Amino acid sequence: MEFTLNEEQQMLKGIARDFLESRCPKAHVRDMLTDEKGYSPELWQEMAELGWQGLMFPEEYGGTGGDFVGMAVLIEEMGRALLPGPFIPTVVYGGVAILKAGTSEQKKEFLPRIAQGELILTLALQESADRFDAEGVAMEAVEEGDHYILSGTKILVPYAHVADYIICVCRGRGGGDAADGISLFLVDAKGEGITCTTRTAFDGRKLCDVKLDKVKVSKANMLGELQGGWPLVETLIDHGYVAMCAEAVGGAQMAMEMSVSYAQERIQFGRPIGTNQAIKHKCADMFVNVECGRSIMYWAAWAVDEVVAEASLAVPMAKSWCCDAYRRVTADSIQVHGGIGFTWDHDLHLYFKRAKTLEYTFGDSDYQREIVVRELERQLALG
Amino acid sequence: MDFSYSPEDEAFRREARDWLEENLPESWRATQDTLTTREDSFQISLEWQKRLYKRGWVGLTWPREYGGGGGTLMQQVILSEELAKARAPGIANTLGVGMAGPTIMSFGTEEQKKRFIPKILSGDEIWCQGFSEPDAGSDLANLKTRAIRDGDYYVVNGQKVWSTMAQYGEWCLLLVRTDPDAEPKHRGITYLLMDMKTPGIEVRPLKQMTGDSEFNEMFLDNVRVPVSNRLDEENRGWYVAMGTLAFERAGMGQAIMFKQVLNEIFRLAARTKRNGIPAIKDSTIRQKLAQCAIECEIMRLNSYRSLSASLKGGPPGPEEMFSKLFWSEMNQRMTELATQILGIDSVIEGEKEAQLWQYRFLRSKGNTLEQGSSEILRNVIGERVLGIPR
Repeated sequence: MEFTLNEEQQMLKGIARDFLESRCPKAHVRDMLTDEKGYSPELWQEMAELGWQGLMFPEEYGGTGGDFVGMAVLIEEMGRALLPGPFIPTVVYGGVAILKAGTSEQKKEFLPRIAQGELILTLALQESADRFDAEGVAMEAVEEGDHYILSGTKILVPYAHVADYIICVCRGRGGGDAADGISLFLVDAKGEGITCTTRTAFDGRKLCDVKLDKVKVSKANMLGELQGGWPLVETLIDHGYVAMCAEAVGGAQMAMEMSVSYAQERIQFGRPIGTNQAIKHKCADMFVNVECGRSIMYWAAWAVDEVVAEASLAVPMAKSWCCDAYRRVTADSIQVHGGIGFTWDHDLHLYFKRAKTLEYTFGDSDYQREIVVRELERQLALG
Repeated sequence: MDFSYSPEDEAFRREARDWLEENLPESWRATQDTLTTREDSFQISLEWQKRLYKRGWVGLTWPREYGGGGGTLMQQVILSEELAKARAPGIANTLGVGMAGPTIMSFGTEEQKKRFIPKILSGDEIWCQGFSEPDAGSDLANLKTRAIRDGDYYVVNGQKVWSTMAQYGEWCLLLVRTDPDAEPKHRGITYLLMDMKTPGIEVRPLKQMTGDSEFNEMFLDNVRVPVSNRLDEENRGWYVAMGTLAFERAGMGQAIMFKQVLNEIFRLAARTKRNGIPAIKDSTIRQKLAQCAIECEIMRLNSYRSLSASLKGGPPGPEEMFSKLFWSEMNQRMTELATQILGIDSVIEGEKEAQLWQYRFLRSKGNTLEQGSSEILRNVIGERVLGIPR
């Protein structure tokens, strides 16, 4: 039993905090809101030099052999800084997919280049905004000699416009159960037959519509088992949820700190507004929201990393609490700040919008709570 | 980060489980749910405490020389988890073991420790508390019960209220005013250990909104307390009391207990109909069930964080500051959900189960008031943790 960050993780946290404070100030976050790429390639390279993209990869693939809990520590700091860009799509979706399901050739080919900051990856799963389950996957992969031919349209693909490879979740012919017949492919994003349309979320994140028109993919680029890829997708989504939770905790922590400072400094009626309990108690609730989020997020990170049965509850519980907490804390932060918090020039709306985007990514909190109840009904043999 | 238990921990867990299987009578399990009178439940708790004490499991982590078990903190945690899972009754001397003992261990003289600790653990001397007064609730430092030195004695006069367990108490943790002119007020308070058999003490039970009586009014009329029963120095009582409050931590056992209540609510929802279908199929109820489940899990995890910090010998983590705030409000949501599932049956006379939930629901209203109201706790977090000015 050990519920603390180890020395290495604490060091990583400190380094990440310092680096991001100097290299990812809010001016940078704002620049990226309207930047076509939506991230800075220079910063991406600097992060690779710090070993961040390769944090979870074994040393033989150019990584530092860390675990997913360490990754959560890092992402918490990225959430605090609102770091824009394709880090989670590349490392948490792309990296974990190849780590878990890649052949040794694929690992050798991709992981060192991801770690070096040479490759950007992303995951293309959804085909309509309302679902992200196996049944929603219609894109076909048709076998043809030593290739597969992929056709269809994926939407909400993060940073596909700057990606080198897109992991496409496809359906083979003749699947019975919806989860059967799912295969994953590493598709060259700049290949023939691919058109990418970028849409920008209100927090600046790039989510693309990606149209594949008879795109030829070598069999060597199939990731994991033919027709048996759905469990891998679920694993990736679970890792993604934890990453979102870590971002949420880091972002909410920052919004809380901003509110506390403002409550201490802003004078009205001759005294700091924080002396009013209406303000002070909001700040106290922010603290509870954030710390509880941290507790449940690290539990989920550990459970996903160790592949223990608890993960089936820990992940939806964490997603629900952390995203709710991020929304509550940022909403209350704006209230505590008064009029200034409502302005474009103040940074709070950046956090508020990020919270909302995370909340609606891969199922809102009501959805997650429904998953929690179903799992508990199963465990208690009810229903 | 590791949420699993070591093989040694698991071995101790089996030991605890086996012992409980053999030594906890079936009729004593879940007594708080089945017994109607507080008197019966107190007697069972007392018997149970004596059995646990013989096994060395009351004050498991306390030094053996004072009657403790000399065990590890981890063992204590596992024991409280297993006690909760077995639905064991609580011990009788809750205030003694939870507050009086730790306070005397921290602030008492060697003589006081030897005199009081063993009997606290064995349940031979039941402790109660005399802190609050009619004009000193949240503003505890405003207390006025006066103690005047008379040779080797303090002569105490005044009125206490919300005195937990005073109807059973043989000894009392008493806060008194020794300096009426002290500025600030908390510098004139002294901490006494008072024998409840001393002449001049009158205890009157307070009837709660549940119909039950856990608390009392206590009237003190020229009560003579020996100076040798003072904890720490005169006028230092406030600091001792603040130390005492720090011991009121919600532990793992409590987290497991809530998890069991949660499971009961799930089962209740599965067998209770609402608009013709099982309540558990109602999407609104499902959302609330899930939220309670998430909060229960968070409480458990926060306890792990505290435990982990303690095991490392570090200062208490931030989660300890809001544990009580969190569970008290969570318990209100949980018990209210149970009454919502039962509907009108939960408010009228009838079936035992509905009456139980009615009781728990009503009792939970006290949770956000006792031992620091939620408002006071939010002030504490705002001021002491976040550094916002008063």
